[in-house]
Amino acid sequence: MKKEFTLTIYTENHVGLINKIAIMFSRRKISLESFNTSPSEVPNIYRFTIVVVEAEAVVKNLVKQIEKIVDVFKVYCNTNDEIVWQQMALYKVPTEVIIKEVKVERLLREYGAKAVVIRNDYTVFEATGQGEEINKLLKKLDKFGLIEFVRSSRIAIINASEGIHKKVVEMELKNPALQTINNEFLDKKDQVFQM
Amino acid sequence: MNTLEIKETEKQKSETLVSGSVAVIEALLAENVTTIFGYPGGAIMPIYDALFDYKKQLNHILVRHEQGATHAAQGFARVSGATGVVFATSGPGATNLVTGLADAMIDSTPLVCITGQVFAHLLGTDAFQETDIVNITSPVTKWNYQITDASEIPSVLAKAFYIAKSGRPGPVLIDITKNAQLQLFDYEGYQKCDFIRSYKPQPDIRISYVEQAAELINQAKKPFVIFGQGVILGNAEKEFLQFIEKAGIPSAWTIMGMSAIPTNHPLAVGMLGMHGNYAPNLFTNECDVLIAIGMRFDDRVTGRLDKYAKQAKIIHLDIDPAEIDKNVLVNVPVWGNCKETLPLLTERVEQKSHQEWITKFHQAIAIETEKLIEPELFPEEGEITMGEVIQLINELTNGEAVMVTDVGQHQMITCRYSHQNKTRSNITSGGLGTMGFALPAAIGAKYGAPERTVIAVMGDGGAQMNIQELGTIMQFKPNVKILILNNSFLGMVRQWQELFHEKRYSFTDIQSPDFVQVAKGYGIKGNKVALREELKSALQEMIDFPESFLLEVAVRMEDNVFPMVPQGKGVSEIVLCKEDI
Repeated sequence: MKKEFTLTIYTENHVGLINKIAIMFSRRKISLESFNTSPSEVPNIYRFTIVVVEAEAVVKNLVKQIEKIVDVFKVYCNTNDEIVWQQMALYKVPTEVIIKEVKVERLLREYGAKAVVIRNDYTVFEATGQGEEINKLLKKLDKFGLIEFVRSSRIAIINASEGIHKKVVEMELKNPALQTINNEFLDKKDQVFQM
Repeated sequence: MNTLEIKETEKQKSETLVSGSVAVIEALLAENVTTIFGYPGGAIMPIYDALFDYKKQLNHILVRHEQGATHAAQGFARVSGATGVVFATSGPGATNLVTGLADAMIDSTPLVCITGQVFAHLLGTDAFQETDIVNITSPVTKWNYQITDASEIPSVLAKAFYIAKSGRPGPVLIDITKNAQLQLFDYEGYQKCDFIRSYKPQPDIRISYVEQAAELINQAKKPFVIFGQGVILGNAEKEFLQFIEKAGIPSAWTIMGMSAIPTNHPLAVGMLGMHGNYAPNLFTNECDVLIAIGMRFDDRVTGRLDKYAKQAKIIHLDIDPAEIDKNVLVNVPVWGNCKETLPLLTERVEQKSHQEWITKFHQAIAIETEKLIEPELFPEEGEITMGEVIQLINELTNGEAVMVTDVGQHQMITCRYSHQNKTRSNITSGGLGTMGFALPAAIGAKYGAPERTVIAVMGDGGAQMNIQELGTIMQFKPNVKILILNNSFLGMVRQWQELFHEKRYSFTDIQSPDFVQVAKGYGIKGNKVALREELKSALQEMIDFPESFLLEVAVRMEDNVFPMVPQGKGVSEIVLCKEDI
């Protein structure tokens, strides 16, 4: 039976690591529902949040295989009842509609949306919530001339994980990371010998 | 600081300035590398230029194709236990490594491959001979990395050697841009790596699991050990023997585990798998405790999973936690290097002999011997069989030779019938099943174990893949015995076509050149034999010849390898002949 799982992965900050993690899923032809990567609270350590819908046995294998990647510290795997999670969405709507239609304002308040940009021609609202709520608001705003819509990937905090911050700090403390050297030669082509 | 002092420090500084290429070579020397298999090209020229000054310390073998370099490095690593080293250039040089990397990845062979890459400022511009080799090889390497600045070279290569060899070994690829190879940098010496904070080569041993395992083994009436290459990779052959001898447990090997114990050991009951022996397959589904050591339950070993050892409690000893429960759910996972876990287990198990249970194995072995092995090894009429060739090699070498095989019928026959007394004697492409593996791997094996007789056994199909490596033998003269078992077919595919595709021999009738003439063109002596009376003396001549020698043996065209666990069947549904399928 397939279920939704959220994987939280702590890694080094290395170029190409996204590919190495992504191919673990693509080799089994598993599509990703959501994929987020960002720096963690600790310098040089990155945090991935990946959502997949798969059978538990497959996800367990995946977790171990991802953990085997040299630059990966740790993988946590959780079902939806073990995490607090959110997505963010942006909705672009014609400003004149909002001015005219009282209903829209009520709607936005109901969903806790707030205006990020207000211009003569359009207004951008931001709402956070879980997939369902974001979809509902989308459906409703669609009727009022929605111009553009985008949603972020999921971010999640693990319920029973008070020690994680401590662990991440420990990861960094143990022998600091080698600094990745970025490609600084991109604009120096005249200075290097060529064959 | 006065001017003089400043001048002095500047002088010291310039003395420590070395090029990235020299740093690469220094790293290899610090890692005790003796042999490199490689092929030069534009993007790796600075490294080859540096190598020119180190000819005395480093033996570079110029292969004829980069795939040959990877397989040779694999052969070297597999017989010696050291890490194989490969050099290749960018673009096509690098992409030619992919098959060998995949082979080394699936068979856990430690390799460090160093590829040249175009200048860093050209990356991503479709420059001449540019390929994105780091992304191409991500799925087939344990780790890979691109260096664009020479200062990274010492630390990254130290990491590469550490990762390749530690834990479950595997191939590592380091891609170095040409500017980094040329760049002069302040070299502070080479420091070996023994710790990477995000990498845990082996899991902590949990004694509670060892205790649970020992308890299960002590209670078992019909315990059965199946072991893989983990025993060899962990250098745990002695610990393994002590364990099975104390607990008195019959033991069978996977193709990769073969030769970890002498094939004639009293507790050895043969090879597992699709074309393995009858007894171990049969009794996998009868044992009460199955102890898997350093193996990964490959589908060719397990057959149909829902019919695999369902009656047994399963104990799995492995260094790689990702192997636990991957294919077969286990009752007790004993994480760790079996070199460390086996002695802990041996301490806790009772001395036993399980005579009755072992007798059952011997009865099944007798059935297989009578029905299959005798007619295969000692035929009295008809054309030569593959089995009798291997049997004669056993007689002539006393089981002391390193047997190197490709994939297919000749491989199964070699692994079924060859006698091997010493560990690291069976070099084959197990997981990937690569045709063309044997010839270059045998070259590498000879460099890894110069004192041993190395025999590359190939079919007529595999012999034509990577046949160009005869050129490497011509130039560097490793004493490699080349044995081609020619049945004028792509034998294993033909066997399946016969058994499962109504004998529709679709493109398996392969023509071969005159191999002896080809060898002659490369200055390698050869011979061809088709008659039984001449076989033994021909093999003797091949083995005794002081240089490389190619022997082509014409064998039966439509022989099948049996027994067989047909695909989709359980291991105990193993059949001994065609009629039983």
